[in-house]
Amino acid sequence: MRARHAFVEFAAPAALVVGTALLGTVVSQTTEIYFVTALISVSTVVALYVFVGNSGVLSFGHIAFFAVGVWAAGVLSVPVAEKPATMPYLFDFLSSTTVGNVPSLVVAALAGGVFAVLVGLPLMRLSGLAAGIATFAVLGITNNLLRYYEKIGPGLNTFSSVPETTGLLQAAVGAVIVIAAAFVYQRSRLGRQLRAAREDPAAARAVGVSIYRQRLWAFGLSGLLIGFAGGLYIHFIPINVDAVYLDLTFVTLAMLVIGGTTSLWGAVVGALFVSALDSLLAEMEAGMTLFGWNIDIPDGSRIVVVSSIMALVLILRPSGLTGGREFSLPRIGRRAEA
Amino acid sequence: MGWIIASGLGNFVHDALDPQVQVDSIGLGAVFALMAVGIGLVFGVMRLVNFAYGQLIMAGAFALAFASERGWPVGVGIALCFVVVLALSLAMERAVFRPLRGQSAAVMLIATFAVSFLLQSIALLWFGPLGKTATSLVDLNRPISIAGTEVRKITIVAIVTAAICLVLLVLLLNRTSIGLHMRATALDASTARLLGVRANMVSVVSVVIAGALAALVAVLFTVQYPTVTPTYALQETILVLAGVVVGGMSRLVSATLGGFLIGYVSGLLGGALPSSQSQYLPSFLFGLVILVLLVRPDGLFTRGRGLVERV
Repeated sequence: MRARHAFVEFAAPAALVVGTALLGTVVSQTTEIYFVTALISVSTVVALYVFVGNSGVLSFGHIAFFAVGVWAAGVLSVPVAEKPATMPYLFDFLSSTTVGNVPSLVVAALAGGVFAVLVGLPLMRLSGLAAGIATFAVLGITNNLLRYYEKIGPGLNTFSSVPETTGLLQAAVGAVIVIAAAFVYQRSRLGRQLRAAREDPAAARAVGVSIYRQRLWAFGLSGLLIGFAGGLYIHFIPINVDAVYLDLTFVTLAMLVIGGTTSLWGAVVGALFVSALDSLLAEMEAGMTLFGWNIDIPDGSRIVVVSSIMALVLILRPSGLTGGREFSLPRIGRRAEA
Repeated sequence: MGWIIASGLGNFVHDALDPQVQVDSIGLGAVFALMAVGIGLVFGVMRLVNFAYGQLIMAGAFALAFASERGWPVGVGIALCFVVVLALSLAMERAVFRPLRGQSAAVMLIATFAVSFLLQSIALLWFGPLGKTATSLVDLNRPISIAGTEVRKITIVAIVTAAICLVLLVLLLNRTSIGLHMRATALDASTARLLGVRANMVSVVSVVIAGALAALVAVLFTVQYPTVTPTYALQETILVLAGVVVGGMSRLVSATLGGFLIGYVSGLLGGALPSSQSQYLPSFLFGLVILVLLVRPDGLFTRGRGLVERV
């Protein structure tokens, strides 16, 4: 019974992802893009959840690890012949190497994970506001370096000629892998220790939990997964450094908070809910017909609506749409027992 | 960083000690200190880090630009700026801060993050990405010569304004009963309420003071940076937030000093870094912020242990 109950915690979000992907196969080519974006968002938000949800510590720095994943996969995937066009100042070993699709995703994940561990080693000693500002500072430094240091990437240029391998299939498989990793982690000894520390740091310390070490584990795993999501993203659309800064940080946090910070189910629901809303609004910005009504809202209304909803959810339901609880099947016969 | 220190420390120190750079840095530090007071005051009373503070300044700057494009007199523009910023502050307090009272610091921080993006995107819808220009006070950019150093009038205005505001604030906090209520709330909100301090009153007053300071900062900033865009003052707010935490959030004085310090250091680095490295200025600043936080997580200017919190 308990094992089945636990499996549902993985199966429900995974099923939601697969369902989204299947729905994506029956729609038109132009609409399919929204579904792929949504699936990549699931990977990103679940990766952020692994740290923020389990530890209860806010991080503004995760998009830095995402950006490192984008840079690693992007720079390595562009064919050697195409590199001088957008990235003329690369280090030799970068400009002379090109790797395939799957290896580039692995490299993106490793780059994100290693960077997160390096950053986490000193930073995970901090908590409270100091931790929030310090992770923000990491984001600022990373963005500043990626923007101007042209030996490791395109600088201000947009990535071009990265093979567009992330379609519905890869995005869905990627999301399921990330969800599985998050599920295994949160059921593991390490994950439980960190969640115990989140609920009551003093009690957790008293039974021998090293909060520093547990946070560092989660931070590293979280960085690994979000780096992987970054790899998926750059194989989907060409972007530049502005796409991986404050706006993405905001949207990713918004998805997690709207869904419910403390559960895997919340992370997935939040990512899909906000993506769906965002896609609908994007269509409206372009002008669409719904039930015979012509709807055309001004460009840029999207973020107005998303941020209003985020503020509303925080005020009316601070624990998110799912209440921060995992998905569970209604227990039949429970009422009779009571 | 080692190679920079080795190659250019002499030049750097020489440039940093230049009176021109010093005066400009102190001017920037003074404006940042005003922002730090606005953020620190609200934090003290409500335990809320207002990420949307920069958007108040942005709104004020748009009000000034709006007035200057219509050729209205300077006084009217400044009055409009204060009205807009104060109205927005009060709306924010009523609609967001007050319902969130008692929530965790993380929830409040993310909520103000959302408000900040909301205001920014409204400005984008309204005024477009290129923004508007506020030109009515640009005369203050003219330099005057003091003891051989060219000082822009606005720098003097900024330093004097900041000094006057800080003195007034100290008087308010220490010499009036509402000031006493605010200090009591900052020390222990629930006990203060038990003793009859009205929480709503105190939070409205602190938000109004913070808003007035934001409007003032908007006036000072638009003189130096007249092009107002939706991301106006965003970078500065992030720096001040970092500075306030580096200084120490537990006391208003330490938060203000932190704000001044980060403005001052930012001015020094901007003035003294060789141009090949000036594009990495944010990295240097944020690197310093991380270093200080690792050594003194409770703040540079605090005594003993600061607030214990989890965000």
